[in-house]
Amino acid sequence: MKQDRSTTIVSLAGIGLAFLALWLLHAFGGYYIERIVIGVGINLILVISLNLANGFTGLFSLGHIGFMAIGAYASAILTLPLSLKSTNLPDLPSFLARTQMAFLPAVLIGGLIAMLVAFLIGLSLMRLTGPYISVATMGFLVIVQVVLTNWDSMTRGARTFAGVPEYTNVWNVWIWAMLVLYIVWRIKFSSFGRKMMAARDNEIAARSLGINVVASRLLAFCLSAFFTGVAGALWAHFITAFSPKSFYFSQTFSVVTMLVVGGLGSLSGSVVGVMLITLLSEILRNAERGFAIGPLVIPEVYGASQVIMAILFVLFIVFRPRGLLGDAELDVRKFFKREKEVAG
Amino acid sequence: MPTATTQTNHVLLEVKNLSKSFRGLMAVQNYHVRLVEGEILGIIGPNGAGKSTVFNLFTGHLRPTDGSIEFRNIDITNAPPEEIASLGIGRTFQNIRLFGSMSCLGNVIAALQMKERQNLLEAVLNLSRFREQEKRLESQALALLALFNLQEQVNAPALSLSYGDQRRLEIVRALALNPRLLLLDEPTAGMNPHESAEVIRLIKRIHDDYTLTIIIIEHNMPLVMKVCSRIQVLNYGEIIAEGTPEKVRNDPRVIESYLGRAG
Ligand SMILES: Nc1ncnc2c1ncn2[C@@H]1O[C@H](COP(=O)(O)OP(=O)(O)OP(=O)(O)O)[C@@H](O)[C@H]1O
Ligand SMILES: [Mg+2]
Repeated sequence: MKQDRSTTIVSLAGIGLAFLALWLLHAFGGYYIERIVIGVGINLILVISLNLANGFTGLFSLGHIGFMAIGAYASAILTLPLSLKSTNLPDLPSFLARTQMAFLPAVLIGGLIAMLVAFLIGLSLMRLTGPYISVATMGFLVIVQVVLTNWDSMTRGARTFAGVPEYTNVWNVWIWAMLVLYIVWRIKFSSFGRKMMAARDNEIAARSLGINVVASRLLAFCLSAFFTGVAGALWAHFITAFSPKSFYFSQTFSVVTMLVVGGLGSLSGSVVGVMLITLLSEILRNAERGFAIGPLVIPEVYGASQVIMAILFVLFIVFRPRGLLGDAELDVRKFFKREKEVAG
Repeated sequence: MPTATTQTNHVLLEVKNLSKSFRGLMAVQNYHVRLVEGEILGIIGPNGAGKSTVFNLFTGHLRPTDGSIEFRNIDITNAPPEEIASLGIGRTFQNIRLFGSMSCLGNVIAALQMKERQNLLEAVLNLSRFREQEKRLESQALALLALFNLQEQVNAPALSLSYGDQRRLEIVRALALNPRLLLLDEPTAGMNPHESAEVIRLIKRIHDDYTLTIIIIEHNMPLVMKVCSRIQVLNYGEIIAEGTPEKVRNDPRVIESYLGRAG
């Protein structure tokens, strides 16, 4: 828990290395790699903010992708070129039909709307516990889905929302990802994080210390929704065309897998989880097109990668329910220290 | 509350006619107590007598069926636990309730920080005021942990501690709230005689050092007799005897209902 200068230096060095790696990938990696790197950045934001809500407070939300959808649609509507608005979204309210916003304010507004919605539903949801919160938030996900598919004038309903300006790139995504990681990290090691985790570990004891359990959960939920909304907006400007179905159970499952594999409560775990699952799913996705090992020919089986991921997730839950790291953080200094001791 | 001390002669806690029934079962009946600042009160009684229920009523974890509770002249009868804690009642639980995955240090800081206000922006920006605050909290927590001989385990997760250490950590956490009134529910349960004696010695010490008012629920009669100036004996939710250790020890009803059974 100690935060001293060497930690800061190590984190700065880590961030520097990350951006150097990004630059190398950007310069030499080509289109395919670049897409993956952006995807990893967006998933980092999604998983870290889900960790803030689910890992720190222990209330397992399954509805966060609803906030992602809100951020995505909000930012997409705000930035869509006016010419496209008149053809694709002819029934927009006039003040929206006349505005075309820049990238950053649109992303921020997307996040803020998600946060506002989180606040309104959180006021009652944050009083629930355990499985009830998961079921209730999943209900929220379904409601968002229904609203998106029926609100034709804003979302084009179930049809594809296309033509979103492609603003997202490696740089702005990773700046956001680092920012979110940093903010959530600071929260974890502050009185706010301790309140959240205390209430998670023992609600009755937390209240006996004077901790306002509902308020601290609401804080986690709202901040988390904001970042998730931001990630949604970044994703919208990355993929440029999507429909409500993009924000449903399979996306929820993907993010939850990354979180659980890394470890609830551990931010370094989230980073590891995102990297690992992305790598694995890319390998599996390429493999399901069929391949040959010497004389052994594996035919193409589309969808196999998802089945394998699901099986892996189940195995993880059974054998390592607290994830790779539990809620501990990787400590680079400790790692080096051990090396030195072995050497000496 | 300036009026609290002047008007009522340092009465810290005034409980009248307190009752609690669980679906018809009277767990506590007509309980009353007037606690003067600095006192150590012992509550004893057989299993199921209603002792822990009394604590849960005091701290708002249960709502009384009847009666009133005043703490520092403030009516807290129906107040929620958070409010009661912030008014200055700290407690431990019979079935230990620690923040299991957090370190000992984290458990204690979680209580210490309640009297400090942190600003989210300062925390996120890691400003010097925030860092100093964190450092101060940490050194205060370390001092408290050392007082209870937990200095070796400061970074260990609370759940990994031995049973006796967990009990002591819970006392430290309650103490870290800097309460006016400390409620200890069987602080030596599950400890060997040596550990128990040590904890009782520490309770006496914090009582003197922090000018605390304490209520202890305890099964170990010799220990209660040693620290408490006054003892209440509960049976079937009612006070059946009250007074100095001598008086209680020789009360025929106490001997019959409690001491006799205990051997
Ligand atoms: N939340 C509850 N719901 C229902 N009944 C309860 C509850 N809490 C306590 N009781 C009942 O109230 C009675 C008093 O319980 P309490 O825990 O206060 O006893 P105690 O004196 O602390 O006993 P012990 O020495 O075993 O700790 C018991 O009969 C118990 O079963
Ligand atoms: Mg009890």
